[in-house]
Amino acid sequence: MTQTPHKRSLLPWPVLRQLADGDLLGRGRSVRSKRTDDVVPRTTSADRVAHSVCPYCAVGCAQKVFVKDEKVVQIEGNPESPVNRGRLCPKGSASKNLVTSELRQTTVRYRAPYATEWQDLELHTAMEMVADRVLKSRKDSWQDIDEHGRKVRRTMGIASLGGATLDNEENYLIKKLFTAMGAIQIENQARI
Amino acid sequence: MAEAHPVGFQWVMEAKKRGARIIHVDPRFTRTSAVAHQHVPIRVGSDIAFLGGIINHVLQNELDFREYVVSYTNAANIVSDKFQDVDDLDGLFSGFDAESRTYDPTSWQFAQEDDDEDLGRAQADDAGDTAEQRNTASGMQHEAHGMQVGAKPPRDETLQHPMCVFQVLKRHYARYTPEVVEQICGVSQEDFLAVCQAWTENSGRERTTALVYSVGWTQHSVGVQYIRAGAILQLLLGNMGRPGGGIMALRGHASIQGSTDIPTLYNILPGYLPMPNAEKHQTLTDWIDSVRNPGSKGFWANAGAYGINLLKAYWGDAATAENDYCFDYMPRITGDHGTYRTVLDMIDGKVKGYFLLGQNPAVGSAHGRAQRLGMANLDWLVVRDLFEIESATFWKDSPEVATGEIVPEECRTEVFLFPAASHVEKEGTFTQTQRMLQWREKAVEPPGDARSELWFFYHLGRMVRERLAGSTDERDRPLLDLAWDYPLHDEHGSEWGEPSAEDVLKEINGYEIATGRPLSGFGEMKDDGSTLGGCWIYAGVYADGVNQAARRKSRHDQSYVAPEWGWAWPMNRRLLYNRASADPEGRPWSERKAYVWWDEEAGEWTGKDVPDFEKKKAPSYRAPEGSDGVAAIEGIDPFIMQGDGKGALYAPQGLIDGPMPTHYEPVESPFRNLLHGQQGNPTRKEYRRADNPMNPDPREPGAAEVFPYVFTTSRLTEHHTAGAMSRYVEHLAELQPEMFVEVSPQLAEERGLEHMGWCHVVTARSAVEGRVMVTERLRPLRVEGRTVHQVWMPYHWGQGGLVSGDSTNDLFGISLDPNVLIQESKVGTCDVRPGRRPTGPALREYVEGYARRAGVLGDGGNAVVTASAEAQQESAAAQQGEQHSPQQQEDQ
Repeated sequence: MTQTPHKRSLLPWPVLRQLADGDLLGRGRSVRSKRTDDVVPRTTSADRVAHSVCPYCAVGCAQKVFVKDEKVVQIEGNPESPVNRGRLCPKGSASKNLVTSELRQTTVRYRAPYATEWQDLELHTAMEMVADRVLKSRKDSWQDIDEHGRKVRRTMGIASLGGATLDNEENYLIKKLFTAMGAIQIENQARI
Repeated sequence: MAEAHPVGFQWVMEAKKRGARIIHVDPRFTRTSAVAHQHVPIRVGSDIAFLGGIINHVLQNELDFREYVVSYTNAANIVSDKFQDVDDLDGLFSGFDAESRTYDPTSWQFAQEDDDEDLGRAQADDAGDTAEQRNTASGMQHEAHGMQVGAKPPRDETLQHPMCVFQVLKRHYARYTPEVVEQICGVSQEDFLAVCQAWTENSGRERTTALVYSVGWTQHSVGVQYIRAGAILQLLLGNMGRPGGGIMALRGHASIQGSTDIPTLYNILPGYLPMPNAEKHQTLTDWIDSVRNPGSKGFWANAGAYGINLLKAYWGDAATAENDYCFDYMPRITGDHGTYRTVLDMIDGKVKGYFLLGQNPAVGSAHGRAQRLGMANLDWLVVRDLFEIESATFWKDSPEVATGEIVPEECRTEVFLFPAASHVEKEGTFTQTQRMLQWREKAVEPPGDARSELWFFYHLGRMVRERLAGSTDERDRPLLDLAWDYPLHDEHGSEWGEPSAEDVLKEINGYEIATGRPLSGFGEMKDDGSTLGGCWIYAGVYADGVNQAARRKSRHDQSYVAPEWGWAWPMNRRLLYNRASADPEGRPWSERKAYVWWDEEAGEWTGKDVPDFEKKKAPSYRAPEGSDGVAAIEGIDPFIMQGDGKGALYAPQGLIDGPMPTHYEPVESPFRNLLHGQQGNPTRKEYRRADNPMNPDPREPGAAEVFPYVFTTSRLTEHHTAGAMSRYVEHLAELQPEMFVEVSPQLAEERGLEHMGWCHVVTARSAVEGRVMVTERLRPLRVEGRTVHQVWMPYHWGQGGLVSGDSTNDLFGISLDPNVLIQESKVGTCDVRPGRRPTGPALREYVEGYARRAGVLGDGGNAVVTASAEAQQESAAAQQGEQHSPQQQEDQ
């Protein structure tokens, strides 16, 4: 985009322009059009840039997330990073597609016992229902002592799996809450 | 590495440009092999034989870095003369109990200068109940500290004593000759010796060699011992704690290192503190002493402060010295509560509710059918994810719905699918594979009702606490007294706001309670309740009240170590144990490899990184008689978290399956163990049930005909693990649209498989289908005098997403490494047939027909202990005296 816009050629067929310009590989001025010249990268028109990190593998490639009108318009590797020097792999390069996908769930889906279809549920209602179920399962499966009479103070009725894709702060609160609740079957991908 | 961690691989290419030699050891020729100098195809599951061969090559030819080995490893330590090795006992070490299938490690210990009465308490501590240690995956605590051995074992620095570690090691690996490696691994002697030569020639004073591995090593019934074998080799060659050396675990999820450091794991607490055990940790003192381990060297001596700071972070003002900082509030573990045990408990109806947080076990965990049948037998399931993944829809479209095993109208599980916020829609830190924390800024609001886990768990906790308010039930105290006040950003209205991740990070870092001043490091943690901190190894990430993980100083404006990009634990050290980069006198081993060194004039350690050593402790420092803890670390002890300050060539403690790696066949293998009667890992964790059959071992008649081939799995660049973050993404789905099965031209010929046609792979658990990819990337190997075919599959597909297909993990059964309870899901035996698999109920009949023909229908597995009866007796007899629990030792 640093090329200076040139005078429009009168030759309509790009191949003629190529021949005329001696641009045989078609990489230069001969293949430019008004549309080409009008295109500007989304990165230059973004309202702001957030510093982020790729969510896929554990290499830790730094990303720059470009935002315009409160939407993610582009995600690129950060060239300043000593980890990835601006590079992203196919997955990291597709992460804008990941976060803006129309397939993402944006409402709570609920499947009642024995139901054959999902139904929608309001977020806060769903939270209330989960809190009720957590307390009931905890109560129903509480152990003060185990079968050998040892003090265990726990529930074996609630389990959790996940954490390797989450933030440290999230894992911290998850383990803290479950521990206080007495739930111990808390696991994540690191076991797998 | 080029395939699964492509951007990390750019550094391998940089090294190649500067003359490094790249060797790729892998069953299959991949994108990594394509740019390596040497690709060494190997039989899956034979890596200890391969590495053992290299160790033998080093020891027989005296190619070790002797000065490093003598000073920095336990090579000179004298092992007890009660120790008997596998060559004497048909593949068992001394101390084996056939009934519990565990070892009493007493005979593995270092010799004592005095009699048995004086057995260091430090040693006896771990010589307790090894079956319990296996169930609680106690080996994981060693991620941040080493084994617990006495600080002053007897040594022979000439390395000539027949029972010194060096000589024991040399005898142990003497059988691993190039001929044996060729027989077991299918690697030609020529290829093998080329690897030996490259590795040893590029190690020493002037040069270092790096070793990189991933779950191709961990997901085995001997996974921990694979990595131990790598560690032995790297220590012998002086490659640890030095630039360009080391053993790099390439972890597969953005924050899987973080979720181990601040664990959502059942057996550990933040900073690798053990989850309290009902038997061993009845009091705060028991718990702390089990970590602190009086008598050992090193920084775990301060465990009291780390533990009390965690309890203060959890229970705040309620935690006081008088009530042992609420230690009694902690629930207790009593055995194996790992994810596989829990899934089987779900099938048995013992679990009521299950949370799945950004994880898709219906596709990603071994034995997918067991995973899904477990989910179908819950009261309720909460799934939090970006997309409608298979683990949320098992009740309507899983393979078990097709077979009739799950009938929607009869399945009672209540399912909540909550939309989750993505990585750009929340703030927080990931800890990446190099122990580095990087802060992410929030770019945009999450769409619709999508929320972060921070939001979900904060509010779940708030609501649960509100419901219990006023409860007088003792069991509710831990929830009611919980420190759970986090400032909220109020974009969702004051009650439902998003908690501030930065405030949580500050709590993780720790602060002085009276002033709120953030701690600058774990050295400032007090054991008197005046400070709190949620994860001691992360102390310093918020030093000076600055979010150090958010630092982004350009790589152009700092050294190659890049200490001001993010923050690495502990204390921003980028290279662990880097004291070893200098010689015993504190001088760099060579100018080329200078990293940290002792500055005599300034009287301190200095260099390119934060020295991983006490700054003012001179190389000449020797510990006063009777010292322990930090004071016992001498100026020449670089491995400061180890019980004796030395790198462990031999591990007398902390491993369930032996002090040195020895070759065992995978649980499922077409070959008998060439070295010993003991076929597989005798201590592996097994779940013997009709719904978890393992393919027969090669001793069983007919086994080789039913499941003649070996299979393994791995990732594609374009997909991510169980596919939740790639099969729903248009670009990635288009790049790799379909499940496929790679086979060699020879196997295709043998089974009549047609390139691009259909085939299916069968085990005793399931059959999965895919397109045939006939390729020379896989080649048959000659093992033990006959040809073995290996089959490779990616494992990214399920029934959901833009592109769907069968799920490879359905093929695996559940059989675990005894140290960390990770499943063997990188090797199994199978059959391969042309055409598609049967569908509907016929699929189960088909698979059960295979299990019946293999003789494994209904019984779940084969004999595990196969060493000779005499060897078993002799091994058991080596147990000396009776076992002593720590409490009994104290009484003596």
